[in-house]
Amino acid sequence: MNVMTPIQKKSKLVLIGNGMAGVRTIEEVLKVSPDHFDITIFGSEPHGNYNRIMLSPVLAGDKTIDEILLNDDDWYADNNITLHKGKTITKIDRVTSQVIADDGTVADYDRLLIATGSDPFILPVPGADLQGVITFRDIADVDAMLDASKTHKNAVVIGGGLLGLEAAKGLAIQGMNVSVVHLMGTLMERQLDETAGGLLQQSLEDQGLTFLMGAQTETILGDDHVTGVRFKDGSEVAADIVVMAVGIKPNKALAEKAGIYCERGVVVSDTMQTFDPKIYAVGECVQHRQATYGLVAPLYEQGRICANHLVDKGVLRYLGSLTSTKLKVTGVDLFSAGDFTGNEATEEIVFRDPGRNVYKKLILKDNRIQGSVMYGDTADGVWYFQLMREATDVSEFRDTLLFGQNNLGDSGHGAGSQTASMSADTEICGCNGVCKGDIVQAITANNLLTLDDVRTHTKASASCGSCTGLVEQILVDTAGGDYSKAPSEKPLCPCTDHTHGDVRRVILENELMTIPAVMNFMEWRATDGCAKCRPALNYYLLCAWPADYQDDDQSRFINERAHANIQKDGTYSVIPRMWGGTTTPDELRAIADVADKFEIPDVKVTGGQRIDLLGVKKEDLPAVWTDLNAAGMVSGHGYGKSLRTVKTCVGSDWCRFGVQDSTGLGVDLEKALWGSWTPHKFKVAVSGCPRNCAESTIKDLGVVAVESGWELHVGGNGGIKVRVTDLLCKVKTAEEVMEYAQAFMQFYREDAYYLERTAHWIDRVGIARIKEQIVENEGSRRTYAEQFVYSQKFYQFDPWKAHVSDQAKLREYEHLKPEFELVS
Amino acid sequence: MSDWIKICALEDIRPLGSRVLDLPQGKIALFRTSDNEVFALKDSCPHKQGRLSQGIVHGKSVTCPLHNWVIGFENGEAQAPDIGCTQTYQIHLIDGQVHLLGAEILTEPAALAG
Repeated sequence: MNVMTPIQKKSKLVLIGNGMAGVRTIEEVLKVSPDHFDITIFGSEPHGNYNRIMLSPVLAGDKTIDEILLNDDDWYADNNITLHKGKTITKIDRVTSQVIADDGTVADYDRLLIATGSDPFILPVPGADLQGVITFRDIADVDAMLDASKTHKNAVVIGGGLLGLEAAKGLAIQGMNVSVVHLMGTLMERQLDETAGGLLQQSLEDQGLTFLMGAQTETILGDDHVTGVRFKDGSEVAADIVVMAVGIKPNKALAEKAGIYCERGVVVSDTMQTFDPKIYAVGECVQHRQATYGLVAPLYEQGRICANHLVDKGVLRYLGSLTSTKLKVTGVDLFSAGDFTGNEATEEIVFRDPGRNVYKKLILKDNRIQGSVMYGDTADGVWYFQLMREATDVSEFRDTLLFGQNNLGDSGHGAGSQTASMSADTEICGCNGVCKGDIVQAITANNLLTLDDVRTHTKASASCGSCTGLVEQILVDTAGGDYSKAPSEKPLCPCTDHTHGDVRRVILENELMTIPAVMNFMEWRATDGCAKCRPALNYYLLCAWPADYQDDDQSRFINERAHANIQKDGTYSVIPRMWGGTTTPDELRAIADVADKFEIPDVKVTGGQRIDLLGVKKEDLPAVWTDLNAAGMVSGHGYGKSLRTVKTCVGSDWCRFGVQDSTGLGVDLEKALWGSWTPHKFKVAVSGCPRNCAESTIKDLGVVAVESGWELHVGGNGGIKVRVTDLLCKVKTAEEVMEYAQAFMQFYREDAYYLERTAHWIDRVGIARIKEQIVENEGSRRTYAEQFVYSQKFYQFDPWKAHVSDQAKLREYEHLKPEFELVS
Repeated sequence: MSDWIKICALEDIRPLGSRVLDLPQGKIALFRTSDNEVFALKDSCPHKQGRLSQGIVHGKSVTCPLHNWVIGFENGEAQAPDIGCTQTYQIHLIDGQVHLLGAEILTEPAALAG
């Protein structure tokens, strides 16, 4: 009688390789879909997953093995993962979908993840198999080196790359005489140019290392234990141990044996899938678009994308990563990223101070950074890397670029870029009151490896973001290694993997008209989204479809919903609009009457030349609005991501210096621009002469009168980080000011990301792009201005008045009054 | 006392919206989710006592308007890594009417008489 329903069996996921890339992928799988798989992990090493990058500090005695463990046994148990430690998979049987380990353990898979990492490259020279020849790859190698350092004196490290130098320095700290043998003439020649390599060598020689450059190893000498190394030129050096650190190669043997297509590594597509659709691969064993990676950030990025496909979400693609390198050797400050050699199409800017041992070189192409090498002072490495990653046009500050971010008017934060020298109680994040010590502690205690993790745990740089560079640097200093992000842009919020740019484009291309439509179309993870994405989507939709979109006030932050600013005690502040900062005795009387009538405790003049009524109870808001409306006043939008105020000086009507009617123009501008919603708040000022009393040069749009007309300045900010405006252009008439202002505002509305001030937007896209659209191209300027005027037809109204006449909305200002009747 | 007390109709709260019940011992925020479940929390964030009723509602949680803590409706717990808990109140929907438990919201039985 009963219809047979097949029992839903969980799919089986098997991971080969219990290392950072593989386990990270499993963590991502668990995060997205915890019940999707029965998970089994095989690892050759007898440990849980540890931070391989931190082996150098372990060798140097700065860390212990326990401190670098990322996942302990409890983690595997808590997540119901079957862990086979110390078992090496020897065969993948693709016909039966099974893996077989060296001890005979067999596991079935529906999906297989290969993360076998890489093997050290062993020079094919006689004697390479002697006792005392060690590689530098895992905990066993470090133990072997530490043991050797206790009983032996002379160490030879073959390989003057990153790994070799870290091994050499670690052995020297353990008390050994260390010689570094390098085939090339420059240390770390894949990351450094000749000059920086020379400085590095000098510094390490000062610390007691010996270098044999241009030396080609011919034989490793010894009978059963190593005694020395002989080179091609016949010279010899004595050695009790030889550390082979000439490079790594993707460990593809297992995959290759199973017939999975490999080249230098296991070849994968943009979804991290191998040529066998059931089998995925991540990490150092992988070859993606001809590239192989050995740094954490790309591997983590691969893990996130691979997980997305393993759990059948299937929306992400890995497009490759830009990487940077930082040497983890005490006393050596070194940073390198991208193309640092350049070619005939590039230019290089070099700074060199032999006295301080500082060397910095940037490679530019079309005013965009292609690569950098820094030695001695790497404080700005993260910043240069960010400029490179985002392909920022540096022409505006090229003259001071090499002097670092501090020289770009970074008041208050600039001097603190040397995070390493800061004390633990130095405040890093002023918004959330987070000190350096808190961040270091959180990173160490929770094994944090990414900026996002640090943000989640400490809130540092999670608010205004101006300390992001510092936090990133502390992360690098504390966690070691390279945790720089992939070049991709960030997702809008945790509900989606799409970026702001993606969302804006998709809304237009697919004519999506509601928030649920966007979430549905773009496969949002949470049904209602969150407090981060909903306001952004509401803004993008109203900007895209001014006539048709139905504004969703439930997706607005409370200030924009209640048309007033929430204060810390739950009361609100109310600011009526005063056009261009002008008012009348009647308006002032009405404001005074309202303050008396509703017993408003504080009245204050704001920075934008308005009067603020502070401490209004929410229940009183509609009545306060009604009274202010009756006196002819409307909402001042002091609460909105919208036009705030147009601040003016008195101008030529009264001022003996004034050359134009700044107040009149300010009033006209405010009457034209008010009511429009923008990605973030938008402030305007008009000054009547170059003395600039209205402070126009720190506003989103600043107008300054000159004898022959008006200067237009954009992108200023007087907030957390002062940014002086860029000059957009000069125009002759007030009518032109109006058209340029509307066009600029509309371009900002359509192009910037939600919560991106004009200052950050212009830093991102470059002032040249703004000039191109607004100044140089008359047609596009006119189109933007017209589009602005069109949108204003729907959005320029007084929200106070609209609110007071909407019964449904008014209800929310009243408290519930239950009858308290009893129901059994 | 285990009697259910009628507070308002479901329709009095907008989907993804909230209303406030003002009691002598403090304010209670009532929230309605997109699938029409109703939850009640003390209208005070465990962090800096922000008015949760003024936050944005999403899923079974609300984001505090002051510093963006996310508070879950079902247990009043702040979303990790923030740590804190807000008092929750039992809710019963009977014929489209929202009820709270008398024992949880009434300080004195005399108040029932009215």
